[in-house]
Amino acid sequence: MNTNILVYAERLRSGIPGIVYELLGKARALAEAHGSDISVLLPGPATEEEVASFGAAHRVLIVEHDAATSPTPEGMLQSVHDAAALTQPGLLLMPATTLASDVAALFAADTGARLVTNCIDFDITHDGITACSRQYGGKILVDVLVDSTPAVLCVLAGAFQEQEGCVTGTPSPVKLPSPVLPDQRMRATRFIPPAPGDVDLAQMPVLLSVGRGIQNKENIGIVEELASKLNGAVCASRPVIDQGWLPLTRQIGRSGLMVKPRVYMAFGISGAPEHVEGMKDAGLIIAINTDRTAPIFNVAHYGVAADALDVVPALLEALENVVQHT
Amino acid sequence: MDILVFLKQVPDLVEELEIDAGGTTLDSTWLRYIPSEYDEHALEQALLLKERHGGTVHVVTIDIGEADDMLYSALAKGADSAGKITADFSDGASSTRLATALQDTVCTHPYDVILTGVQSIDDVEGPTGAFLARGLGIPYVGSVNGVSVNGDAGRALVRKEYPGGAFSEIEVHLPALIGIQAAEQPPRYVPISRIRQTKAQAHISEYAAPETAHPTWGRVLSMRKVESTGSAVMLDGDPGAVAQQLVDILQEHNVLR
Ligand SMILES: Cc1cc2nc3c(=O)[nH]c(=O)nc-3n(C[C@H](O)[C@H](O)[C@H](O)COP(=O)(O)OP(=O)(O)OC[C@H]3O[C@@H](n4cnc5c(N)ncnc54)[C@H](O)[C@@H]3O)c2cc1C
Repeated sequence: MNTNILVYAERLRSGIPGIVYELLGKARALAEAHGSDISVLLPGPATEEEVASFGAAHRVLIVEHDAATSPTPEGMLQSVHDAAALTQPGLLLMPATTLASDVAALFAADTGARLVTNCIDFDITHDGITACSRQYGGKILVDVLVDSTPAVLCVLAGAFQEQEGCVTGTPSPVKLPSPVLPDQRMRATRFIPPAPGDVDLAQMPVLLSVGRGIQNKENIGIVEELASKLNGAVCASRPVIDQGWLPLTRQIGRSGLMVKPRVYMAFGISGAPEHVEGMKDAGLIIAINTDRTAPIFNVAHYGVAADALDVVPALLEALENVVQHT
Repeated sequence: MDILVFLKQVPDLVEELEIDAGGTTLDSTWLRYIPSEYDEHALEQALLLKERHGGTVHVVTIDIGEADDMLYSALAKGADSAGKITADFSDGASSTRLATALQDTVCTHPYDVILTGVQSIDDVEGPTGAFLARGLGIPYVGSVNGVSVNGDAGRALVRKEYPGGAFSEIEVHLPALIGIQAAEQPPRYVPISRIRQTKAQAHISEYAAPETAHPTWGRVLSMRKVESTGSAVMLDGDPGAVAQQLVDILQEHNVLR
């Protein structure tokens, strides 16, 4: 079976996201077992240090997209086609981001390659490529066999160890042509960087995060009160933002912010993979959820299976006593 | 402007999900279906576009679960017409299968733009929208949370989400397929009484999908419930007792001074 691996090193501006090294770490382990050839597709311009940081790979294919704007799904797709034509991958590894997910599906549709999304693990066996996909809001794992190559896998951040892929070396750099879309069906006109937050969530040591379980905008008030007692800030999962209960700058997760506070308390958040991606590295995670089987309890250090609207007032009261006694 | 919207139902995650005896699908006897959240946003975005630019909104789904109720509710919200695809979906409605069925039936209906949710909670093989767009030969952009249309120029300007709170504005030629992540406003609410009224008058078209061989994408070897990793230490007791334990933990971690 074709065990060549192509890793799509998505980055939108500067820096290379950790997920790319996670993918490279796993690719490296597979290469050791199966003698795979590893290539990386990197949107440029790329510095020498960046290329050297892909030491786990044999070559780095650098493609320059219009630096003034940002890649479009079809522009990036063109580069993935170019890279695949050059390296003939049996396995195409992509981060499960909002851009790569479009590109992966379009590539699969064009080539008939099989795509598996939300992967948390995969392997090469003699029957084909096996992949484990996290579905149903993180509640169910689906094991899939893809028995033809190439297989395209969109992988969730946090599935593998980043340090396994951080190997410096001398992969050969190869320049790919910039994509030219002949009919200009799609054109990025503006890149809008993250809005400057009203509070810089990335700097806050304590974050209190509210999810759909908080039920309405008014209930966020007592969590705000608790946050001010703990010198923290309130943030949220996506549905809370989509309802307009808190501004977009407070969203944590795949399309929101990645945070690493000392303490992250989740009130009424189920723990869908897209949310967990943004908070899994917090030092201490405490989750309060009425559903004892909610996936958030798999990443939390401490869990409370109870109504957040009972726990928050009780916690405020208990903190009153601490303040009074100190 | 003619807008097509694809809606799909997914299992309600509030219910306990059970895996069937074969171990490769969910046990449907226990499933309660609800409209996929992102598809509801796609419908809302379509209704907003219609309000701004005029035109029609045609909603379509596949005939599983409570398909009719979902369509009546869409009509009550303001969609102009509705239809469902009748085919045997008992062996699953994978994205490529859905895309083929939609392409074979509904896309004969006129459209300038097709909207659907960016993904659903059971998309193992990726977004249906992308596969359908490719089949129709039209552009696709997913994870969009805002659409404006310049009908004269035959273009739409979409706001695509990127990781970390960034966005990109992308100009797309019409007709195009757009995967909606969030509508510009939360999906509107429609009272049950209005849905009942609609039900009495509305007509739902049926499209029989041809029995073509549908693409097989891979094989599900097994489905498993995520076992609790046991990583969370569960704190028990009444709210007061739990709160006291939480205070102790926060103190241990030097959060309280
Ligand atoms: C492309 C893409 C990107 C996404 N990006 C993000 C992202 O950046 N961030 C993000 O968060 N999501 C994101 N999502 C959405 C994600 O898939 C989930 O839908 C979302 O995280 C669910 O939010 P939630 O946990 O608040 O709501 P739900 O999943 O509805 O969970 C609510 C939880 O509250 C519990 N509950 C109910 N009542 C109470 C109560 N009184 N007390 C305590 N608990 C209660 C319930 O048991 C349930 O577990 C994205 C999705 C897609 C498709």
